[in-house]
Amino acid sequence: MANENRNSAHWGALAQFATPADLYHACEKVRDAGFSKWDAHTPFPVHGLDKAMGMQQSKLPWIVLGAGLTGAALAFWMQTWMSAIAYPLIISGKPYWSWQAFIPITFELGILFAAFGAVFGMMALNRLPMLWHPLFRSRRFERVTDDAFFISIESTDPKFDARATLELLTEFGATHVELVE
Amino acid sequence: MSHGHHSMELKPEAIRLAENSTWRKLPMIAGIIGLASLAATMGLAGDDPKGALLSYLTALMFVISIGVGASFFVTIQFLTRAGWSVVVRRLMENLMAPLFLFIVLFIPILLNLDVIYKWTNPELQNPDSPYFDYLAVVKAPYLNESFFTGRSIFYLVALAAIGWFFYSRSTGQDESGDKEVTRKLQFLSAPAIMILALVSTFAAVDWVMTLDFHWFSTIFGVYWFAGSFLVALCTTILLVLGLKKSGLLDGVVTVEHYHDLGKLTFGFVVFWTYIAFSQYFLIWYANIPETTMWFGLRLDGTWSGASVLLALGHFVIPFAFLMPRTLKRIPLTLGIAAAWLVFMHYLDMYWLIMPTAHPEGPQPGLIDLTALLGVGGLYFAVFGWALGRRALIPEKDPRLPESLAFENF
Repeated sequence: MANENRNSAHWGALAQFATPADLYHACEKVRDAGFSKWDAHTPFPVHGLDKAMGMQQSKLPWIVLGAGLTGAALAFWMQTWMSAIAYPLIISGKPYWSWQAFIPITFELGILFAAFGAVFGMMALNRLPMLWHPLFRSRRFERVTDDAFFISIESTDPKFDARATLELLTEFGATHVELVE
Repeated sequence: MSHGHHSMELKPEAIRLAENSTWRKLPMIAGIIGLASLAATMGLAGDDPKGALLSYLTALMFVISIGVGASFFVTIQFLTRAGWSVVVRRLMENLMAPLFLFIVLFIPILLNLDVIYKWTNPELQNPDSPYFDYLAVVKAPYLNESFFTGRSIFYLVALAAIGWFFYSRSTGQDESGDKEVTRKLQFLSAPAIMILALVSTFAAVDWVMTLDFHWFSTIFGVYWFAGSFLVALCTTILLVLGLKKSGLLDGVVTVEHYHDLGKLTFGFVVFWTYIAFSQYFLIWYANIPETTMWFGLRLDGTWSGASVLLALGHFVIPFAFLMPRTLKRIPLTLGIAAAWLVFMHYLDMYWLIMPTAHPEGPQPGLIDLTALLGVGGLYFAVFGWALGRRALIPEKDPRLPESLAFENF
């Protein structure tokens, strides 16, 4: 592991909160304290948490747009090439290049590629699939898919300091704090 | 969530027109413009009664589609028990209220069926006449003047009744605060939406599609519905933005509601296109003369410019423009898109109806404008009256707090 830029021997700090509301307000404070490499973990989506965390608009829409346009253009070009150039056939007396007939497949392939762009783009941006994560070392963190709410701050964050960060998180309302290896 | 930043106490000056508000002059101004324009339309009719009546029919189909689209919107909100839309629903209800006007406004059409609709010609039924038309004979049990008039009156009365019922019940709740009203409207919105679907489909077929009685398209009712819903949304967006500009609805209708109205508008731009292309595509593929004639008139020759403008202006441009999230959340850009689409919907109605009057090419004239201002003026006069009569939002609706606090992810 390339640990040279970590400010600590630890992966980071983990803080547990009792309710979604506590977590929400703690996120606002962590955001305002200027941390950059941190995340919130909840068993269900908490409305408005992205704003409390100060998250920027996702780049995903641009990936979806690019993929969708690529799919549509590819389908239209493919049909043009097949029907009018490579293997021209007269079908029900229509011209070889009958653009009307190409629209449904152009539309469908545009949608298909856009959907692929959305799913695989989302996975790439989230670095999925991720089968293991240092936070799994924490026993408490197992409850994140059940009834517990967490904030984690990585030690690679320039503002991270093992003792000071734990104290800060306690101050922000954490019911339990710990360092994760 | 606990981060509610809306105070639930509504400022009365935000949800009610002030006594000296300019909006209170709307019934008077629109009413005078409406009556004067209708008189001017009659004066301009002159030597081309068919052209004049079709210009008037275009205006009717355009303006009534605002009320029909609003009726679909309101009944869908009740049917799905929607929360987000409560703060804009009253404006849609106010757009439903004037539907009763069309019972009167359609009289010139119903009295002149023989001028507008070719299928009324008795010569078509006569086997010895050179005008004998077999399709007119087989369609006669449905397409005859008395049945057509009876059906039209039924559509108009049904639309007026649904419009007035939802308007009066919802505004009645403002005083009583009775939650039972919401429950009852939720229940009745189911039969109402079925009646609306049937009435709008058959009305579009009767009033517009039978202009060329050889032509038929089974998707035609859906096509007209798609445009209606779109124009109702865009009209509401423009009204909301106008009211906000006058300092009303402050803190009530937020950028989150703009965003949702924008998303629905975008959705119906795509839906209209999907239906429009499906209609064209099947007729193009099957290539049956009696159905391709209709498109032939519009796509070849002098009407082709209008068709291209419709394809670009009703689909390509708004599709690209309304795609980014940001442009749906900025009042100016959302307003531009809404105003453009209202204009495009008028062009759509013009494109459906006016080639019958002017097969040789589009001849937009003053009479198109006066007919539009006449029907639209009277419609918005009644709308303006409804706007000033009650609060701008259903202030006692049980889902109002949900709508006030609504946010997009």
